Amino acid sequence: MGSFMGSLGEAAGLIMALDADLLEIIGLSLRVTLTAVAAACLIGLPLGAVVGALRFPGRSLAGLVLNALMGLPPVVVGLMVYMMLSATGPLGPLGLLYTPTAMIIAQTILVTPIVAALTRQVVEDLHTDYAEQFASLEVRPFDRVVALLWDARLSLLTVALAGFGRAVAEVGAVIIVGGNINHVTRVMTTTIALETSKGNLEFALALGVVLLVIALVVNGAVMTFRASAARMTYA
Amino acid sequence: MTASRRTRGAVRGLAVLVVAVFGPSGPTVAADEYIVVQSTTSAEHSGLFDSILPVFREETGIEVRVVAVGTGQAIKNAANGDGDVLLVHDRQAEEQFVADGHGVSRADVMYNDFVVVGPPGDPAGVAAMADVLAAFRKIAASGAPFASRGDDSGTHKAELRLWREAGIDAAAASGGWYRETGAGMGATLNTAIGLGAYVMADRATWVSFGNRRDYRIMVEGDPRLFNQYGIILVNADRHPNVKARLGETFVNWVLSTEGQAAIASYRVDGRQVFFPNAMKQP
Amino acid sequence: MLETEFNVGAPATAWREAAPPEALLQARGLCFDGGGKRLIDGIDIDIRSGRRTIVMGANGTGKSLLLRLLHGLIRPTKGEVLWRGRPLDRRGRHAQAMVFQRPVMLRRSVLANLRFALAVRGFTGSERSVREAKAMERARLDGLATRPARVLSAGEQQRLAVARALACAPRALFLDEPTASLDPVSTHAVEQLIREAHADGVTIVLATHDAGQARRLGDDLIFMHAGRVVETGCASHVLNTPRSEAARAWLEGRLYLDSSS
Repeated sequence: MGSFMGSLGEAAGLIMALDADLLEIIGLSLRVTLTAVAAACLIGLPLGAVVGALRFPGRSLAGLVLNALMGLPPVVVGLMVYMMLSATGPLGPLGLLYTPTAMIIAQTILVTPIVAALTRQVVEDLHTDYAEQFASLEVRPFDRVVALLWDARLSLLTVALAGFGRAVAEVGAVIIVGGNINHVTRVMTTTIALETSKGNLEFALALGVVLLVIALVVNGAVMTFRASAARMTYA
Repeated sequence: MTASRRTRGAVRGLAVLVVAVFGPSGPTVAADEYIVVQSTTSAEHSGLFDSILPVFREETGIEVRVVAVGTGQAIKNAANGDGDVLLVHDRQAEEQFVADGHGVSRADVMYNDFVVVGPPGDPAGVAAMADVLAAFRKIAASGAPFASRGDDSGTHKAELRLWREAGIDAAAASGGWYRETGAGMGATLNTAIGLGAYVMADRATWVSFGNRRDYRIMVEGDPRLFNQYGIILVNADRHPNVKARLGETFVNWVLSTEGQAAIASYRVDGRQVFFPNAMKQP
Repeated sequence: MLETEFNVGAPATAWREAAPPEALLQARGLCFDGGGKRLIDGIDIDIRSGRRTIVMGANGTGKSLLLRLLHGLIRPTKGEVLWRGRPLDRRGRHAQAMVFQRPVMLRRSVLANLRFALAVRGFTGSERSVREAKAMERARLDGLATRPARVLSAGEQQRLAVARALACAPRALFLDEPTASLDPVSTHAVEQLIREAHADGVTIVLATHDAGQARRLGDDLIFMHAGRVVETGCASHVLNTPRSEAARAWLEGRLYLDSSS
């Protein structure tokens, strides 16, 4: 208990001091995770919307697979990406292993199923509402997907946040493909893992609190934006 | 009105954040010339690399990126060509690595030793024993818990050799008094301390470990606990992506008088934890 | 004009008996099964061009299903729908529009709702702007263009839905109990929109179970019971002197529980 309070105090100290190394680590964490979430949205939003709104053979199987992929263990994703990017792997010549790009790739793979599966649900619910009107207007499949994504945009912000939460808290994949190299691929979660293995438990926990604060700030910013936007466009 | 102003405010806030994160003054300005060293957690976590690498960079301008994992994984990663230099502590596996053509040649760099640490109550009564094999036999006989890395690391392999020499089939007791964590040194120490188990660790990690609680060194000084580190340049003939010239520069520097002096001068709590013993002088 | 369009049409169906010129829409032996039951049971009707046809009957007699079949939203199990004498196809459906009992409002502004429908139908540029302005004016939603459509009142939403349907200039407009959940003032406004559309030459097919509305708006009337058409004719005639027992019971406010199926 005492050490927990100590960690809280230390976390407050860390945030106040905003030491350059810590800022670098926070910056890289955000850069990797936000890029991965953006990429995952680019892929996952249309994918989820297509599965959620259009009828095609294998549609329910696709939905099932997306849901199942949400449970992908980060370590497995890390290993898959490692094998792809390793010098002996098919993408080895790109020289991406142990770079932030590799971490972004791993997290994108991790987050895309979450974004797609949740998008599918959101879009499917909205489509139930719109289906007859769309059929009456004879909206083409592409236009349906675009319209549903646009109209569900505020719910989809929450979907993106769910992806962000998964990515920012994840350590198993990024530590394998990033290597936790100091000043290059060291992010919040790998630092926490490192400090834990060094036995600096209080410091590790303090970093955990800092990570939580970052997640709160990002969530708060997005939800504030969502609330304002909701007043503008939604009933 | 209020809503749109607040929206604009939130958008501006997000924009500032985006610039801070992705902007040109990004946190990581990679050096043009760098190498990747596959190494062990003991060398990284003890702070040795943080101490000596800046010296090397100052001299050569070469950035060294250390991937710190268990020796077993480090060797596998290097065998995939995912590293330019290998610095680990499992002589047998290192020689095999070179024999398999993955490495150019192997050289001794430094040594330290392993210690067996245990809880203050010392349930197996091994405190201050000088013979590690006798101590291992006593632990096994008492049934007191012993935490093993179980991760194919250099420390794990050294520990397994000691059980074999002591004539004890530790694997048979796995799940009983013999607990395999399958984790790194630090994680295993945390687990062992939580369990009240004995555990073997390299001295550098132990001395710099932050969560020692009231654990003490029980067994040390047995020549069998000698822990030799070796360095290998990954073979560029086998793995064309290997930066042979830069890697060789690093290997030569580590083995040089200067590099060896840098290792010798590193202290944790005022104590030397790595002892350079390179034979080859470039 | 109708004649020339006929000749441009599909030679594959030229053998078909030409519909009387005023029959815009015809159902021939129309059946629809759902959940193991025959919900629409052999309907043959003609909807005359430029007229207001009321589809009347109790809840669950298949009024909504019939409208959806005529509009091509669902496929008949048997029989067919003819649009201007030919099987209803994509082009035919493009000349139709539909308004539902609960208006489907996109989660966008009032204007964006209109714009979406017009864009889907291929209206762009200045023509779209003209149609948008006309629809806003017609629905009397002028000050509300930038409001989210879903915060409008039920009456405003239904007016928007009708205006949106009419903005695309359909030949035929289906309305499925458009005023069932509206108060008299809103009902009057929607009925006014329907009258204006009719005056512009749009063929109206309106499902309702409100005899008063049928009297106010109907030219022709189709009375349904248990998935069948039991009576057709001039609206005032059917309403004043119903011949079928089902229609008579309904109009006299009696419960008619005999299932003729």
